[in-house]
Amino acid sequence: MIRLSVPFRQAMSRLTLPVMLMFSLGLVLIGRADQNFAGHLRAGLDDFLAPAYQLVSGPIQAAEHSTGAIGQLFDLESENTQLREENANLLQWQAVAMALEAQNDALKSSLNYVPSPAPTFYTGDVVADLGGVYARSVLVALPANGNPAAMVGAIAMDGRGVAGRVVEAGSRSARILLITDLNSRIPVSLGPSGAPALMTGTNGPDPALLYWAPGQPPAEGAMVLTSSVGGAFPPGLPVGIVHYNAQNDPVILPLADLDSLRLLRLFSYPENLPVLTPIPHSLPKSTTHSRHH
Amino acid sequence: MATGPAIRRRPSLWRQLDALSRLAFPIGFLVFGLFVIGMPFGLPGQAELRPVFAMACVFFWSLYRPSSLPAPLVVCIGLLLDLLGMSPLGLWAVLLLLLHGATLASRRRLVPQSFYMTWTVFSCFAAALSALAWAVQSLLTLNVLPALPLCVELLFAVGLYPAMAAFLIRAHRGPAAVELA
Repeated sequence: MIRLSVPFRQAMSRLTLPVMLMFSLGLVLIGRADQNFAGHLRAGLDDFLAPAYQLVSGPIQAAEHSTGAIGQLFDLESENTQLREENANLLQWQAVAMALEAQNDALKSSLNYVPSPAPTFYTGDVVADLGGVYARSVLVALPANGNPAAMVGAIAMDGRGVAGRVVEAGSRSARILLITDLNSRIPVSLGPSGAPALMTGTNGPDPALLYWAPGQPPAEGAMVLTSSVGGAFPPGLPVGIVHYNAQNDPVILPLADLDSLRLLRLFSYPENLPVLTPIPHSLPKSTTHSRHH
Repeated sequence: MATGPAIRRRPSLWRQLDALSRLAFPIGFLVFGLFVIGMPFGLPGQAELRPVFAMACVFFWSLYRPSSLPAPLVVCIGLLLDLLGMSPLGLWAVLLLLLHGATLASRRRLVPQSFYMTWTVFSCFAAALSALAWAVQSLLTLNVLPALPLCVELLFAVGLYPAMAAFLIRAHRGPAAVELA
């Protein structure tokens, strides 16, 4: 052990706080100057933490299910009747959906419709809820064979609708920015007419709806789908339903269950995105070449 | 205490491990707590709890055992908080250092005071830091961030500190007491 003189040690201990303060302020500056720096650090930390979170998220879910089972024993009867009614209702809807699908196929074939290419997707467990005070994000564990560069920008959906998109991906984990985050801006189309609007996160449970055409206010209960304006999203993914809140502002009730996400499917559409995509994907080489010549 | 070279003996391995675990208790508990708060329980307010928990720990250890949580470790905790919670890098490192410094400066006057006094002082510090974080992040994103999370943080700070202090005081006298090793 190195022996230091007492005055030197005292001076050192008095200096640590100011030096560390300068160091942290420097980090703030570096973080502001180079946004990728924090992103790299965060992806590294997420990769490190994801296996640990994966270990504990299994038992948490098991505990949730078992307590749910005990709670459900008491109202099995009422739940059964409710499920039977719901089942009858759903069967009716299934018939409607099949009829519509057949009609849709017939119309598409008469229009020479070119279907959009099927995206590749991964299914991942939501292993950690790593939102900040002013940020909404979750951590998803990825299978080991994933390609992190292709995952950035992938669209995350739970069973019912769009939940967010991947902002950072490492080799084992991906961080999803939820649609309720303050920085989330998603172009959407409203209702059957497909009127354009922008869905913006507010840090609250329901994202706000902005920039709809002044002549066509969004209708209460209208379906909200993603729109391909700007090229970041493929068109037609279900997002939510328009609702007017107490202040009479239109908001979107998301279809995805954002408070308790368990499984997310991450769809990456690397090929059919245009050059305007805000997050860098591998650019289609032919288009860049044709521009230069 | 005997310090002569003839009497001083090298402590045994178990004794050294014991001392090490006592030294590592404050930082270990803090990191473990931050890890647990990240688990997907689906409870409301988990995100707001994270900085409040870190502030309570840093305040407590800076007040009663400053050597166990020196400034470099405080910076590491702040960076961890920033990376986990998606706040601008270094923001919470600066804020926690300010808390550390302020607590050290008011230590001599604060330690002999009653628990209610330290509780009040912690609530004021937490309120000031949360408001500062809100203001800085509003400035950096150039829009006024919602104030509701701020109120939640204040409620957590006031409500959490007595429970945390009850646990940490026990640890401070028992498993984390370096002088008992």
